Amino acid sequence: MTESKTKPGWKKIPIGGLILEAGNAERYETGDWRAFKPVKDQEKCTNCLLCWILCPDEAVIVKDGKMVGFNLTYCKGCGICGHECPVDAIKMVEEET
Amino acid sequence: MRKIVALVGADAVANAMRQVNPDVVAAYPITPQTEIVQRFSEFVADGLVDTEFITAESEHSAMSACIGASAAGGRVMTATSANGLALMWEVVYIAASTRLPIVMGVVNRALSGPINIHCDHSDSMGARDAGWIQLYSEDAQEAYDNTIQAVRIAEHEMVQLPVMVCQDGFITGHDLERLELLDDEEVRAFVGSRKIEHSLLDLDHPITVGPLDLPDYYFEHKRQQAEAIERSRAVIDEVAEEFEELTGRSRPKVFPYKLDDAEIATIVLSSTSGTCRVVVDQLRERGVKAGTLKIRCFHPFPWQEIMEALRGVKAVAVLDRSASLGALGGPVYLEVRSALYAAEMRPAVVDYIYGLGGREVRLADIESVYSDLSRVVETGETGAMVRYLGVRE
Amino acid sequence: MSLKELSKKMERLSPGHRLCAGCVAPTIIRMMTHAIEEPIVVGCATGCVEVSTTIYPYTAWRVPWIHNAFENVAATISGVESCYKKFKKDGRIKEEIRFVALGGDGGTYDIGIQSLSGALERGHRFLYICYDNEAYMNTGIQRSSATPMGASTTTTPAGEVIPGKKEYRKDLTAIVAAHNIPYVAQASPSHWSDLMRKTKRAVDADGPSFINVLSPCPRGWRYPTEEGIEMARLAVETCYWPLYEVFDGEYKVNFKPREKKPILEWLKRQGRFRHLMTPANEHIITGLQEKIDKDWEKLLAMSK
Repeated sequence: MTESKTKPGWKKIPIGGLILEAGNAERYETGDWRAFKPVKDQEKCTNCLLCWILCPDEAVIVKDGKMVGFNLTYCKGCGICGHECPVDAIKMVEEET
Repeated sequence: MRKIVALVGADAVANAMRQVNPDVVAAYPITPQTEIVQRFSEFVADGLVDTEFITAESEHSAMSACIGASAAGGRVMTATSANGLALMWEVVYIAASTRLPIVMGVVNRALSGPINIHCDHSDSMGARDAGWIQLYSEDAQEAYDNTIQAVRIAEHEMVQLPVMVCQDGFITGHDLERLELLDDEEVRAFVGSRKIEHSLLDLDHPITVGPLDLPDYYFEHKRQQAEAIERSRAVIDEVAEEFEELTGRSRPKVFPYKLDDAEIATIVLSSTSGTCRVVVDQLRERGVKAGTLKIRCFHPFPWQEIMEALRGVKAVAVLDRSASLGALGGPVYLEVRSALYAAEMRPAVVDYIYGLGGREVRLADIESVYSDLSRVVETGETGAMVRYLGVRE
Repeated sequence: MSLKELSKKMERLSPGHRLCAGCVAPTIIRMMTHAIEEPIVVGCATGCVEVSTTIYPYTAWRVPWIHNAFENVAATISGVESCYKKFKKDGRIKEEIRFVALGGDGGTYDIGIQSLSGALERGHRFLYICYDNEAYMNTGIQRSSATPMGASTTTTPAGEVIPGKKEYRKDLTAIVAAHNIPYVAQASPSHWSDLMRKTKRAVDADGPSFINVLSPCPRGWRYPTEEGIEMARLAVETCYWPLYEVFDGEYKVNFKPREKKPILEWLKRQGRFRHLMTPANEHIITGLQEKIDKDWEKLLAMSK
């Protein structure tokens, strides 16, 4: 039997292929996909929040209307934030290996 | 108040649907199912049901809408035939794998091509691997009874599978017959309401339906389906018993007729079983030990009941109203012969493909089958495994 | 709807989905789900979004969600919506719920057009969002009827004899508008405020609504991942992808670029059009420009 013993068998999973835990994809950390990561220049940032709305992976953290940083657990390094920032406050730098 | 009425088979099913009063019906017309949809439309237009009726633009969309409605927690019914069933083939599989208790009337009609609108079983037999429970009805009464029971079978917590209730196109579907309709309240009480554990409309517990399975999970989900259809065997009998208590009509998975001491027997589905019984009676008067077995529940295949019923029979003819081209024989033959492999005393088993595309099957045809069987018993030679009954050479 | 206000709302799509880095589709989904206040139930056709957001046992959806098959999301949502109508009539449900069907151009323009048309004609109250990335991207960049003329795809490759797709793209937005539904629009993630306003208008319509959204694809269009929003913006500024709406049959163009850019500006940024940059294929670009100009004039004429 080659199938992994850590994955549940047919008796343990919900029937019909249903997934009952909404949003559990959060547990899948896509951050290790990236080759480049975003770095913010705090002084230039105007908190326009464009990076927040444009990020495909919700990797821009906003608190009380202020852009406070990046969620590197999920950031795939696409660079859209850096490219679209109207004041050039975000640079993409190579990830350390 | 129960009523004795005269209805065509399709109308009988439409009335069963009316009394069940499902939440949603999504359907597309196709001969010879049309009468079901048309009748039901009248019920909707006259306010006799509360059903949301979707006049889908194709059968594929009809079944797709049924899936959406059923996943939303609704009790859902529909009907089709032949190429309509073929068109919805992909979603028929999805309805079963999503474990949705949809009940569908199938008015059996030949699959194209060539195009033919008359009765044979190629449509429902073509879908026999889809994971639906399949019940075959001999007449309008059975079609009505099966439809009502199907709701309970499908929704049973141990089952959660869709059910197909089949009847012969034109022969039963368009044939005016006498039957008893239960009282509306009796049907309502019998089917109760659907107990929903998970639904798309439960905003507090959002579910994801129909995800992508990679090789690490697909097999497990299919294994669950296999388990469910096996468990349905007991449930089908339980529901039939309850139905018998209510109506006095017995609805087992198979109907043995004069098989106790039979030496030769036919196995048959749907309306042709009546013809077989008439021939059996005639033969019995001449002292021939003949019998016949009607299969009502085809999937899950009642192999134990069939083996039991055929005990002592020396030669069996399976009547297949569809062919499984390229296989050893027709679909019913394949399963019967396979079941009998384990029998202590194996009878000779032969297959008669008959009635394709609505080809009439007469008493004389059935008589010839029994003559063949008698010759098999006499000579000890089975002869050709698969024969064609009623085709012009 | 300021971004500041919206940033406080719960995201209906979670991170951890496996859409490509730089895919604009999840951005579109975020924008649209933020624009809808009521609870939603989402149906999704087979395609990039469906496959990447629900790899069992994970789901990125925090709202009820159903996938059925490739061509039938509109039919599937019709069923959900009908059940909802029934339950509301019965009193089993009291909340207002909005139904959203999501499909790529594959599942909408081509294989899904029948079930879309049927659902529109029957008048179900739902919003259909097409995220148009101009090919069957999920299965490996095969052409769809939404693929622009001249584009190289894996089934219309730029070869020695045939330089990419031969046909102009289908105008699905016009086909949907011809169904005379309450609200139809074209939108772009580059103009997020317009997109969100249209989404709100669409779900408020009492009947079917449809928004076609251009969704650039870094893999299929072949541009650097960071340029996705810019690709959408250029498509709008060249009038290749006009932003307009049809509200109760009345056309309105929402954005008229001050300077209409030539289509070459957009084409030259994408690898799928690289083969057009030769004298031999110049006529294709000319043909594309003429078509865009003609269609733009026609649209302006229809709009107040």
